Order: sequence, then C-alpha cells, then structure tokens
Amino acid sequence: MTETLSLDRLAGRVADGAVLALPPDYSFVPMAAVRALVRRPVRNLNLLTVPQAGIAADLLIGASCVATIETAAVSLGELGNAPRFTAAVEGGRLAIRESTCPAIHAALQAGEKGVPFMPLRGLIGSDLVAARPDWRVIDNPLADGGDPIVVLPALRPDVALFHAPFADEQGNVWLGARRELVTMAHAARETLVTVEEVRACDLLADDALAAGTLPALYVTALAEAPEGAWPLGLPGRYEADRDHLAEYARLAASEEGFAEYCAEHVDEDVTGLCAAE
Amino acid sequence: MNPDKTALLIETIAGMLEGLGRVAVGASSPIPAAAALLARERGGGRPALSLLGSQAGSDMTDGGRELFDRAGQGRIDAFFLGGVQIDGGASINLVGTGPHPAASKRFPGSYGSAYLYFVVPRVILFRIEHTPRTLVRKVDFVSAPGTSPAGVYRPGGPYALVTGRCVFRFAPEARRFRLVSLHPGHDLDEVRTNTGFDFDCNEEPPVTPAPEPETLALIRGPVGEALAEVYPRFAAGLRDGN
Repeated sequence: MTETLSLDRLAGRVADGAVLALPPDYSFVPMAAVRALVRRPVRNLNLLTVPQAGIAADLLIGASCVATIETAAVSLGELGNAPRFTAAVEGGRLAIRESTCPAIHAALQAGEKGVPFMPLRGLIGSDLVAARPDWRVIDNPLADGGDPIVVLPALRPDVALFHAPFADEQGNVWLGARRELVTMAHAARETLVTVEEVRACDLLADDALAAGTLPALYVTALAEAPEGAWPLGLPGRYEADRDHLAEYARLAASEEGFAEYCAEHVDEDVTGLCAAE
Repeated sequence: MNPDKTALLIETIAGMLEGLGRVAVGASSPIPAAAALLARERGGGRPALSLLGSQAGSDMTDGGRELFDRAGQGRIDAFFLGGVQIDGGASINLVGTGPHPAASKRFPGSYGSAYLYFVVPRVILFRIEHTPRTLVRKVDFVSAPGTSPAGVYRPGGPYALVTGRCVFRFAPEARRFRLVSLHPGHDLDEVRTNTGFDFDCNEEPPVTPAPEPETLALIRGPVGEALAEVYPRFAAGLRDGN
C-alpha cells in the first residue's frame, strides 16, 4: 500500500548511505525533494544517475550529501560543466564510478528482471572497463569461441526518486513516455515519488493511461509537491526557469556563491509544504 | 563564430549525411542538428532524424535506452561525437585531462560514446576548437577507442573529423586521419602547427566548398525554424544570418 507523506517525511525515507537513483535533467527531476534532502541533511549518498544528471546531483554534491557517484556524465547542459561536481572530482572529494549511458540502462534492466548481469556490446578498449573492476569481459558463451563481450552486474538501487505530473489515490503514478523511470522503479528496492497532484481516478482503468502508468506495487510512498521539478521544467506542464538555472550556474562556480544560493533557495522551504502534514 | 563559418560547417556535415536512412543527434549539438535538418530538407525527408532533447524531433517512446537499442540493432546510420581530446587514432576523451580519476581538469563524462562509437556505422567527430590542446597525439583517458582489434564486434566507428579549420576523413586500415579539405582562409602550415597528431594529406588540399545561396536560404528558413524548439538562441542567430 502506497503511503502519502509530506515532502520532508518523504525525504526522510532516504537513509544515509543509500544508493539513490535519480533521473536525467530531461525527465521528471524531483528538485523539491532534492532540496528537502539537502535541508535534512542526508549524508554519504551513493548516487546513481540514470544515466546522466545535472543540477540535482550538483546540488547534493555541493551540499556534502554524496560519498560516491555512478554516472555517464554530470553537466548543466548549455550552461556548461556542473561546477560542484567538477570541483569535488578535481579535489578528490568524490569517488566516481565511471559509466556510459547504455551500461546504466542495461544494468537496471538486469535489476528489474532479477538476473545477475546483462551483456553489452561496445566498451572493449575503453578505459571505462579498467576503471570498473566489477565489469567483466567474457567470451560470448553461445559463439564457437572468441567474440569477447562485456557483462555488467545488475543494478538494484536502494531508492529511486523522481517527480511526476500526477498519481491516483491508489498510488499508481502516470509517467507517460518516460520509460527510464519505469525501469528505475522496477529495479529499485523502494521508489519515492513526488507529484504535482493526486487525482481522484483509477489510472489502471483506462488502457490509454495505463500504458504510461507505474503501478502502485512499485511505489513505496508519495508526496504532493506542486512545481516539484522547478527550476527544471516538467514537459507538457511548465518550462525550465532558464534565468534561475543561469543564476545557479553563476553562483555555484564558487563555494561561497553556492552557500549563498543554498541560503536563498534551499535552506528555507520555498514551497511552504514542509509544515503541511 | 561568424555566420559564414557556421553555414560552412553545417553544409560540410550535411554532405556527409546524404543518402542515409536515419541519423540521430545528441544533446547540446546545434551545428550537427542543423546539418541533419539540412540533409533531410534536401533529401525530401531522408534521412529520418531523432533529435535528443526535442519533443517534436524525437520519435522514441521507450525511454532513454531506446536510442541505444536502436543503434545496437543497426537502425541508426550516423551519429555525432565530440571530445575534450581527440587523438590521431580517433580515440576520444570526454572525461578529463591529467591522471584519472583525480583529473587536473574534469569534464562531464563519457555519455553514450563508449557504446555508440562501436555500433553506429558513420560517426562524425565534431570539434570546432582545433588546437594542440584538443587534437592530441594520445588522449589522457579513452572514453571510446578509434579502432578495435580483430575479433571485437565493431560494425561502427569514426568516419570524419570536422573542426573549425579543416575536414579530416578517417582511414580505418591505416588507423590515421587524412586531411581532405581546408576551410576558406586556413592553410596547411597553420593546421599542422595546431594539430598534435600526424596525419596524411596532399601537398595542396582543396578548399572546403562554401554553401550555395539556395542552401543558405534553407538554413535561414526551414532549418532554423525546426531548430528553434531545442536551440532557440542558436536558431535565432541562424535566421538573422549572425
């Protein structure tokens, strides 16, 4: 049974030291929940970006919430490098598990299937293989010898966290075409979701909606967080706040600027939702 | 960059996409995206395109993995990659410079390069900055290798390298780049001085052909319009010719 919690209670479900899977900047990023995690503050997270990340990871890293990150890339896109990520790696303060986009997708697919590994083409000869002793190169067992191929251990994140347009009262969550979030939730042990709104309907009753719905079975807990993706956009709902993102990029370029940004936009609950239980 | 150079690069890359069935363009790649749109415009709808980061320009419904699954099956004919460093063997580095992991300069990461470089038949490397810092003898970190030993599954790989100064084609047998044209206003000595790796070339390489007026009209018109959803500022610049 899916629980409905306040935003801060939901953030409280992410244990210190957890493996936390987060979506990429184009896909339903739970920014309000990330700010709640920073306020708490959560510590020693092992971030898994599915498959890359932007401001959400940068914010958690800058706020000293992260011990390790497994990622294909962290960047602010057109606004340039992710400043706190970059500084943390260059300063040796963040352990990084280098990956590549399809490896993260494939390893999560192994996780959702309950199988121990997934093979993936490519990779051989990349320094990623040397940087990832948990990846193995084997010979294709179905070929007549030779044909080396990389196998990736299944990924089972402790928690998947994302933001969605709406859920129904049973805890079914509508994700539309954002299938990477479905895979993330299938593979994760627990899934925490913030939504713009909870609707009085049954998303599974209508095939047109059901095809884009994550069933409540996977959803551990929900919290309502209107504009919960801000300052990123929610496709079909609201655009990214480009001015704000540019301000983040400018301030986060230095540690002092990052502290100033947090004091203004993170430390206070700007949505006013924390108190509401 | 001046509008003539932008149009020249768009025209050059578009010429490499003619006759292909499907081209995908990654995020933060306005010039390759413009080139792909130009090729489609001139080809009467071919190649079909998948523009990442675009609602209207993407036809994918199976999440982030679908691009890679398509590429793995051979459904993507061309893709674009860049690099913090690109070396003379076409290996690319998107991770950082200096020793790994505590890089002296860290960049975002490898994205999908370590896979797409192996499975997409025609990968076009694009890096405007053409200096000894970007085009190096050997990359500090191999995000994806330019070539692979016999026996490693590799239907794809590097096709060309387009920079702000010239166009190279990659010769897989020689495992080397060959300079095929110099952009207007650039010469061979300058390219040699600014390239950290050895490459092959003729004594007098031709000049990269500039776009015809009809092509410029397409770039300022339908290409700019289609690009505006993903790259509003870049598209506005194209349409104003600056």
